[in-house]
Amino acid sequence: MKLSPDEVRYVAELARMSLTSEEVERFARGLSSILDSFDMLTEVNTDGVPPTTHPLSLQNIFREDIREPSLTLTDVVANAPQKEGGFFKVKPVL
Amino acid sequence: MCLTISQAREALRKREISSVELTQRFLSRIEEVEGRVSALVTKDVDLALSMASAADEDIREGNISPVTGIPMMVKDVILTKGTRTTCSSRMLSSFIPPYDATVVEKLREQRTVILGKTNMDEFAMGSSTENSAFFPTHNPWNLECVPGGSSGGSAAAVAAGETVYSLGSDTGGSIRQPASFCGIVGLKPTYGRVSRYGLVAFASSLDQIGPLTQDVADSAVVLSAISGYDPRDSTSVLYDVPDYTQFLIPDLRGMHIGVPQEYFALGIDPEVQRTMQDAIWEMKKLGADISETSLPHTKYALSCYYIIAPSEASANLARYDGVKYGFSYGEGKDIWENMGKTRGLGFGPEVKRRIMLGTYALSKGYYDAYYLKAQKVRTKICQEFEEAFKKYDCLVTPTSPTAAFRLGEKVDDPMKMYLSDVCTLPVSIAGLPAISLPCGLVHDLPVGMQIIGRPFGEGDILHAAFAYEKATKWHELRPKDIDSDAWVTSN
Repeated sequence: MKLSPDEVRYVAELARMSLTSEEVERFARGLSSILDSFDMLTEVNTDGVPPTTHPLSLQNIFREDIREPSLTLTDVVANAPQKEGGFFKVKPVL
Repeated sequence: MCLTISQAREALRKREISSVELTQRFLSRIEEVEGRVSALVTKDVDLALSMASAADEDIREGNISPVTGIPMMVKDVILTKGTRTTCSSRMLSSFIPPYDATVVEKLREQRTVILGKTNMDEFAMGSSTENSAFFPTHNPWNLECVPGGSSGGSAAAVAAGETVYSLGSDTGGSIRQPASFCGIVGLKPTYGRVSRYGLVAFASSLDQIGPLTQDVADSAVVLSAISGYDPRDSTSVLYDVPDYTQFLIPDLRGMHIGVPQEYFALGIDPEVQRTMQDAIWEMKKLGADISETSLPHTKYALSCYYIIAPSEASANLARYDGVKYGFSYGEGKDIWENMGKTRGLGFGPEVKRRIMLGTYALSKGYYDAYYLKAQKVRTKICQEFEEAFKKYDCLVTPTSPTAAFRLGEKVDDPMKMYLSDVCTLPVSIAGLPAISLPCGLVHDLPVGMQIIGRPFGEGDILHAAFAYEKATKWHELRPKDIDSDAWVTSN
């Protein structure tokens, strides 16, 4: 399988990650050889085999739904690059 | 000689040294060697000394836990409230966590002393610590070699005597492989044994925190200190935590050990093979019942891992959007341009490669062929281990196919780099516990043996490792490159 530069740009768009044109070229070459190596998995017969969801097939354990102390608003936005009045501040979305 | 937890605790208990004095000695050791090793991203002298004096107060009151007053380091992927946590990434280079990881909270309660945060491959993605956005770490045994990764800083610091012990994280081998390269002991617990709360997520179905220590007894001490169910991590498990030091028995009679042949066909250096044969012979002499076994799906683990881990990573790393915390590009016309540039400029090459791989594997039309197929093959790998553990208490393999390689040697060839974890990946995929401990030298560099246990069989692997270590003493060898006669313990 050979990834085209357009396919690389499409995947980068899905990941919301801007790439330089050199990176697009490099990933088109480099990712293809890694993806090729995955082909060996087709040798394994997995008919009727369930996919793993938890390596030890344990179930999630949930706590009681009781209110507990949590981070303060000040702590939550403390690391925000831009904030205003306890809110995260962003550029226009639409 | 480096100081173990047991030695330090004795000295503290007998009041031969205070925790503040001990901490100062390690701070000056850091001054002495850090210029050559570069294991630390952040050193926090004030924090260390204040924790040490609090520990001294506890010791005066006779209130001593197994780690009270003992200096340690934390891999920079584990959150420390008020102390910068970077994941060795430009993305988080000034991030100050508002809360502690559960393991850190536990160790604070037990009055250990945090010296600083250790260097790593960016977001724990890598096998050499060369993917750190800041600087590479050097192997104390040979400064031109890598310390392994991704917990390379944690391993190198222990080997260089900059700390008594450290914490690392292991997703596909990131505790065991650097422990092997640096000639120390590293343990990856069973998935669910240790809380992941406050561990910056890489691949959530694989990540575990574990100890890097001078010897096996210390590994048992730290594992007991950090294990246990945590309501804040719903994948942590309700099983009781035993005192793991009770498994340190210097005799292997009655223990059944399997040697899976496939692990010796994974491009293993012949010298490493020879070392392993000697180690297996040694375990036989200690009374273990050892036989060869076969795990035919071993060779598929690498592909399986490099689909599953990047897929989970691509989802986990979606949180770095330049809005909530971390690096942010702010010059774009709208939020989407800012987000794209933030991620394009904030992540390094290997992190981008894995996000791309994972996004591709999960994208429309490819999900069944890659992710779903890999999770099915994963089930087969798990089942194969399950069968083996009906017959054996432990399995023994090399930790990595080679000893430490040179800086720069594999950095341009991701597939070559990935092969360095070929012996540790299958174990991670099955969520099993495993320990790496020194079992010899090859070209003056340490080699590690991996002992794998059944789920929650940490006691068995500590038992096997302790008996072997006691009989061979490979762990007492220390790097020459970095050692100085001035550093001798008081006992």
